[in-house]
Amino acid sequence: MNELRSKAKELLDSKAVDLFIGYEEGTRLPRPLIATSAEEADRLIFDERCTGNLAVYLTRKDLAAGGRKVGIVASYYAMRSISRLLDENQLREGAVKVFGLTQDGGLTLFEAIADVKQYLQETPAPSRQVEDEWAKEIAEMSAAERWKYWTGELSKCFKCYACRAACPMCYCTRCIVEVNRPQWLQPWAATMSNMEWQLNRVMHMAGRCSDCGACGAACPLGLPVHIIAHKMTEIVRQNFGEPTETGNVLSTFSPNDKENFIG
Amino acid sequence: MADNIYLPHPVTIEKVTQEAPGVRTLRLKFKDEEVARTFEFKAGQFGEYSAFGEGESTFCIASSPTRKGYIECTFREAGKVTSALAKLEEGQTMGFRGPYGNTFPLDEWKGKSLLFVAGGIALPPMRCVIWNALDTRSNFKDISILYGAKSVADLVYKHELREWEERPDVNLLTTVDPGGETPGWKGQVGFVPAVLEKMNPTAENTVAIVCGPPVMIKFTFPVLDKLGFKPENIYTTLENRMKCGVGKCGRCNVGSKYVCKDGPVFSRAQLEALPAEY
Amino acid sequence: MEQKYIPKASLKAWLGKVRDDGRRLYAPVTENGKTSFRRVKSADEISMEHVQTAQSAKGVAFPRTERLFSYVRQPDGDVTLQDYDPSAIPDTVVFGLRPCDAAALKPLSGIFGWDTEDKPFSERMRRVVFVGVSCSRCDAFCFCTSVGGHPGSAEGSDILLTVVGDGEGYLAEIVTDRGRALVEKGGDLFESATGISKEDYLAEVPVRFSVEEVQRKMAGAFEGDIWKSQSARCLGCGACAFVCPACACFDIQENARGSGAGDRIRCWDSCGFSLFTLHTSGHNPRSTQSQRWRQRLLHKFCYMPQRLSVRGCTGCGRCSRACPVDMNLAEHLGEFEHL
Repeated sequence: MNELRSKAKELLDSKAVDLFIGYEEGTRLPRPLIATSAEEADRLIFDERCTGNLAVYLTRKDLAAGGRKVGIVASYYAMRSISRLLDENQLREGAVKVFGLTQDGGLTLFEAIADVKQYLQETPAPSRQVEDEWAKEIAEMSAAERWKYWTGELSKCFKCYACRAACPMCYCTRCIVEVNRPQWLQPWAATMSNMEWQLNRVMHMAGRCSDCGACGAACPLGLPVHIIAHKMTEIVRQNFGEPTETGNVLSTFSPNDKENFIG
Repeated sequence: MADNIYLPHPVTIEKVTQEAPGVRTLRLKFKDEEVARTFEFKAGQFGEYSAFGEGESTFCIASSPTRKGYIECTFREAGKVTSALAKLEEGQTMGFRGPYGNTFPLDEWKGKSLLFVAGGIALPPMRCVIWNALDTRSNFKDISILYGAKSVADLVYKHELREWEERPDVNLLTTVDPGGETPGWKGQVGFVPAVLEKMNPTAENTVAIVCGPPVMIKFTFPVLDKLGFKPENIYTTLENRMKCGVGKCGRCNVGSKYVCKDGPVFSRAQLEALPAEY
Repeated sequence: MEQKYIPKASLKAWLGKVRDDGRRLYAPVTENGKTSFRRVKSADEISMEHVQTAQSAKGVAFPRTERLFSYVRQPDGDVTLQDYDPSAIPDTVVFGLRPCDAAALKPLSGIFGWDTEDKPFSERMRRVVFVGVSCSRCDAFCFCTSVGGHPGSAEGSDILLTVVGDGEGYLAEIVTDRGRALVEKGGDLFESATGISKEDYLAEVPVRFSVEEVQRKMAGAFEGDIWKSQSARCLGCGACAFVCPACACFDIQENARGSGAGDRIRCWDSCGFSLFTLHTSGHNPRSTQSQRWRQRLLHKFCYMPQRLSVRGCTGCGRCSRACPVDMNLAEHLGEFEHL
């Protein structure tokens, strides 16, 4: 903790970074802190409770974009998002310094995103056992049961778009749900339009989603929308492998791409 | 039981006028005879216009309350609803609800000179007042109009501009942005604030009514200052986004003032007391 | 105010009678750890273990999506309109809303009734009876007592119940004639109540700030930096607005069913969304999240008191519980006090 604070202060004081994105103590759990001064950096914490994905702030125009240099603390899955944001040209190499919490609880500074990528390759992803089991349970349902489960859950959605807002990969300035010429999706809350929304959201994440679970964690109604993303990630991995620097399943084409999902 | 404030009056499109590229005027007549007979509004008020199947859009009523039996709106094709409205033809049905908002204080302006300064598609809210003033001409002293657009083609109400030009009791000056003139253009060339400065109207016993894009307003106000217009003698309209038109949907407020209820007409003195949220 | 007592064992019987009358009953139901107002078929489904439901009960009067009227295009191109039909609104009893939610009916009514009556809202309100239940517990997010509320306040409720004794019964305060009519349905189930003071059974909700001072400082802080520092972590979602019992902002949309017919509907919207005030031209009067956060707070704590003589916040704390990044409203309001 002290190590993080002193490093963050040093970076801010020396103007090596313009802002430092980390966590501070919150009401119940740690919450994001965007520190711009050494004084604010004194509130930084980083421990196993900090499981969110702060990479969401890296594409915010008023914060990190526009050539500002940023320090950020990142969980494993947030590192994945950072790596993909670089691949999608949303980040510049050299503009972001990443502090990762390694599995032994130590703090590692990655000066470059290339180093983050290296780390991600060498390090197995933390377990997603809960999500795996949840997805399995749903997959084992009959089609009718599964339909009932998802219509039941998604009928509650009121379209606050917290899932979208919490996702680092949802950086579009105008989301498809808000495009109205033509109007692709019904923007109001109703069971079918809620399902349309979630399916579209998750499809846009195909091969891009870091599987961090931030969408589900953000839902104020506790809807398991991250399980849809988790399942999709698994399907994409099985069928198309891991995304590479040259792109993901949606942005690349190969004559060998499987088409078995087209009914 | 109260009426449903969201239910529009069905109106028939009596006449469509293509004013400029992408800009149309629709003349509307209420289908319900009772509504047609009793409908009243005042200069400056606005309404919500429905293209059924697409939604509603907010525009001022561009015709004068002195011209009975119809209302008109003028709009630029820009979004989903305005594009749908632009596709409607004479004889077809659309919806209107209103009138909403406050009005230009024409009664207070009696005995004064009026200076209208408009840019681009912002002439419609002013056209309503201009005709209102011309139809009650004896109430006012001099009436001057300065109107500018990007190009000659973009000038709206071309027919009426000619009419005003020919009237001896109106002083009309039209201008187009540099590069927007045609070979036969007899008007001014230059941006509205610069032409206004050259025009050099008197501030003496005069009210200035200014409508235009934000950038025009921004540069016109200092010119009016220089000419000696006091903030309480300068009027404009605000165009914040609206949905309900009646102070409920929460979009159009500027500080504690709601453009739909306290506006759309504001004096510059009133604007100066508001935060810059427009 | 007339008071009665109803034993816990009789409560279900009473709610059963209320339902038998053809009314819909909405009450808190717990599912997957979240408690929400649902239409219940039996009083057995009701759960009152929560401090606060995830969503407020406002949807009963201001549904998340609602038809305002319908249109039908005739073969000759003419359009006929079908007005909003209040006769389709069911008579409803909302059981178990907390005093902060009941208090929020006043700001909601203030917005929807401002100069012009909002028929869909008023017709729904006319058909709802609100049975409040006082709070015996609170949590770190509650701040009703800081904004003029109270865990045992009867304001907004038609009947207010307070769990008394060792939880074996409820003190029932009959606030309105509508409430009285509902109590009368229970007949003998309600007993006379004497010498019971609800004050002994209420949660102690600490006062977190002086709201007068907060409002005074906030009104003068429009150009200040505080909005930016508080909202830096705000993600710009609509969770706070949608769970708020007093937020009423809405959008109007068209639900076209093919080209021949459709509905004009309204749906919840939020001042926190970046597109909320975006003009077609691309200009946006509130283009940054800090401007939108400022609007949210000023609307509730300055503009509404000024224009509608009521605050837009009752201290339920839902926005703070729902926020994905812990924008704790009471904490942020407190910061204004020290400006």
